[in-house]
Amino acid sequence: MATRPIKFYQVGSHAAGNRLLDPSLRSLQSDPNRSNAITKGHRACQGCGEALGARYAIDAAMRATGGQLIAANATGCLEVFSTPYPESSWQLPWLHSLFGNAPAVASGIAAALKAKGRSEVRVIGQGGDGGTVDIGMACLSGMFERNDDVLYICYDNEAYMNTGVQRSGSTPPAARTMTTQAVGPQPGNPFGQGKNVPQIAMAHEIPYVATATVAEPRDLEAKVEQAMSIRGARYIHVLVTCPLGWASASGDTIKVARLAKETGLFPVFEARDGVLSAVSKIRRQEPVEEYLALQGRYRHLFKPTRQEDVIARIQARADRNIERYGLL
Amino acid sequence: MLEQIEGSRAVARALALCRPEVIPAYPISPQTHIVEALSAMVKSGELAPCEFVNVESEFAAMSVAIGASATGARTYTATASQGLLYMAEALYNASGLGLPVVMTVANRAIGAPINIWNDHSDSMSQRDSGWIQLYVESNQEAVDTHVLAFRLAEELSLPVMVCMDGFILTHAFERVDLPSAEQVDSFLPAYEPRQLLDPADPVSIGAMVGPEAFTEVKYLAHVKHLQALDLIPELSEQLGAELGRTQHGVLRRYRSEDAETIVVALGSVLGTIEDAVDQLRGQGVSIGAVGIKAFRPFPTEDVREALARAARVVVIEKALALGVGGILVQDVRNSLAGSRAGIYTVIAGLGGRPITTEGLCGLLTAAVADTLEATTFLDLNSDLVERELARARATRRSGPHAENLLRDIGVVAAGPV
Repeated sequence: MATRPIKFYQVGSHAAGNRLLDPSLRSLQSDPNRSNAITKGHRACQGCGEALGARYAIDAAMRATGGQLIAANATGCLEVFSTPYPESSWQLPWLHSLFGNAPAVASGIAAALKAKGRSEVRVIGQGGDGGTVDIGMACLSGMFERNDDVLYICYDNEAYMNTGVQRSGSTPPAARTMTTQAVGPQPGNPFGQGKNVPQIAMAHEIPYVATATVAEPRDLEAKVEQAMSIRGARYIHVLVTCPLGWASASGDTIKVARLAKETGLFPVFEARDGVLSAVSKIRRQEPVEEYLALQGRYRHLFKPTRQEDVIARIQARADRNIERYGLL
Repeated sequence: MLEQIEGSRAVARALALCRPEVIPAYPISPQTHIVEALSAMVKSGELAPCEFVNVESEFAAMSVAIGASATGARTYTATASQGLLYMAEALYNASGLGLPVVMTVANRAIGAPINIWNDHSDSMSQRDSGWIQLYVESNQEAVDTHVLAFRLAEELSLPVMVCMDGFILTHAFERVDLPSAEQVDSFLPAYEPRQLLDPADPVSIGAMVGPEAFTEVKYLAHVKHLQALDLIPELSEQLGAELGRTQHGVLRRYRSEDAETIVVALGSVLGTIEDAVDQLRGQGVSIGAVGIKAFRPFPTEDVREALARAARVVVIEKALALGVGGILVQDVRNSLAGSRAGIYTVIAGLGGRPITTEGLCGLLTAAVADTLEATTFLDLNSDLVERELARARATRRSGPHAENLLRDIGVVAAGPV
C-alpha cells in the first residue's frame, strides 16, 4: 500500500498537532490565558472569517502589548456584529466613529497618547475592505504618509457584506455581487485593474506591510506580533472568507481561504520600508478552478456552460502573482 | 495685554493659553492664519505638550479630533466653507458621541459659484449638527469666546463652534486685550473626560443603538443643549469677572429696551448695525438692536423677552435658505409666537457683499415706514437678474449663470458673438 507522509505545514515539520509543539511556537488561540479580546456573544454568521481573523489579530496584539491596546473600528460587519446595543464583545477600549475614518480616528488616538506621554499604549485601526479600500482610502493614505504610530488591519472579504453583498474596489473579476449580478453577456464583476492596497501601502514606504489569510492563524498572529514590535504606520491585509457573500459552505471557511493562497490568487507576503522581504511559498499549487468551484459567487463560470475563457483569465492572474512574488 | 494684532493671530494666542493637546488641521481660507500660528507655536515648543497633525482633508481633521478627544486630549481645529461641509458627517459623529472638541469656523460662503468671502452659509448648513454655535461680533469677543468655549464644551461634553466672520474679523488688525496665562488657567481647569479610551478600564464607545434607545440618546443631547442656555450666561459672568470686561451671554442688546423697531443679527455686522441705529436714533427713530451670540442652542425665551416690546423686528441674515428665505428668522418668529410684531427678513452680505451703514439706514427707514417687503435682498441688482431671466426665456442653451452675470457687469470680457 502506498503511503504518504503527512506534513504539518505550519512548522514545516512532519509532526502533527499543536500540542506537540514547543509552547512558544503554538498558536495563541490554544492558550487558555489569551485575552479573548472579542468574546462570545457576537452576532457574526456561522463560519465568519472576519470574526475569526479579528480574534486572532487582536488577541495577538493584546499579548504583544501586554494589554495596553486601543482599537478604532470602521463601520461594517465587524462593528455591527460585535456591538449590538446594549452589548459589546470587546474586552479592550474600542471606538467606532464612521465608515470612512477609522485610520484617522486611530491617528487621533495615537496623537493624544503621544501628547500625554503614554507611549506604552498602542493603537489599532481596523475595518473591512469597504471601509479600507474604498471609502477609507484617503484617511488610510494620510495615516501612512504621516507614518503615524498605528497598526491598521483590513479584513478583506471582497465586497460590502454588511449592506447585503455589493461590489467594492476589492471585489475580484467575475465575482457575482448584488451590484455585479450574474446576468448579461459578461456576468459578474468586470475585469478591471483592481486596487492592490498592500502595494499602495508599500508605495508609502511604511515600515511594515503584510498580507495573511484566515486559514493560517499562526502566521497571522506572528505578523501582528511583528507589527507591534515596530513603531510607525503598519498595515496588515487579511483575506477573510465570507460564507454569506461568497456563497460558500460555512464549514469551508478555512479551506477556501487556504485555496486563495495555494492557487496564487492571494499572495501572502511581508514588506519592510516598501520592499518585499518575505513570501509564503505555495505548498502545493492548485488550479484556480478548485478555489472558484467552492463558491456560489462564481457559479456562473461553470453552469449552465463552462466559461473557459473567464476561468483562463483568472488563472492568468494567479500565474502573474506567482511570478511576480515568487510564490513557488 | 493690549495689542494691535490680526484677529486670527489673536485667536491663536488665546487658544495656546487654553493648552490644547491635539490640533489636527487642514488649510482652507480664511481660517489658515489661525492654524499657521498654532503650528509655529507647537513647532517652536512654545505650545507643549501638543501634537499638531497635518491631515489630508477636513473629514480627516474632524476624525483625528474625534479619536484624540475620546482619548482624553483637549482638541481644537478650525475650518470654513467647503471644509465644514466636507467634515459634516464627522461633525454629527463628534456631537453624537459627546466629544468636547472646539472649532473655529471662519465664516465663508459656499459654492457654487466658488467664493472665498464672508457670509454665514457654512455654519448655518450645520445648524442641526448638534454642535453649540457661538457667533462673535469682534476680535475681542472672538478671543474671549474661545476660552469660554473649552470650558463650556468640557462641562457639557458637547462640541462647540466659534463662528467668526471670515476676513472681516480673521484678517482685521484691531486692538485686542489678550488674556494672561494665569487668567485662563484660573478660568479653565484641566479636562476631565466623562468617557475615556483607557486600557485600565476598557469601554466601547460608538456602539450601535436601535429604536429601543435612540430617542433617549438624542433627547439627552437635547437636554445638554438646554443646559447650555443656562451655563453660557453663568460662565460668561465668571469669565467676565476674571478678565475684567463684560462678556455677553446668549445675546446682547443695543439701545433696544425702549425701541419700537429692533434689528436682529449674528456676528460682525452688528457693529455696522449699531452705527446705523445711532444715526437713526439721532433722527429721532425709536430703534435698537439685538445680537444673538448663541444660535445653537437657540435662546428662545431670552429672544422673546428682548423683543417683547417691539412693534417691528428686522432680521438681517448673511445666509439664504433657497426656496424659503431666512434661516435665523424662523427661530426669531418661533420666539415671537403670539406677538403682533411685524417681522421682516433681510438677506444681506452674501459672498462678501459689503453691508454699509448707508445701505442699512435706507433699509431700516423703509422698515420703520413699513414699506419694506416681507423678505428683502439688500442691494440686489434686479436689472442683472432680469436680464439673465430674459436670456433663459429666449434661449434653451443660455449658459452658466455666473459667467453670464459677470459678462453683463463687465468683469469677464464678452466672448465671440
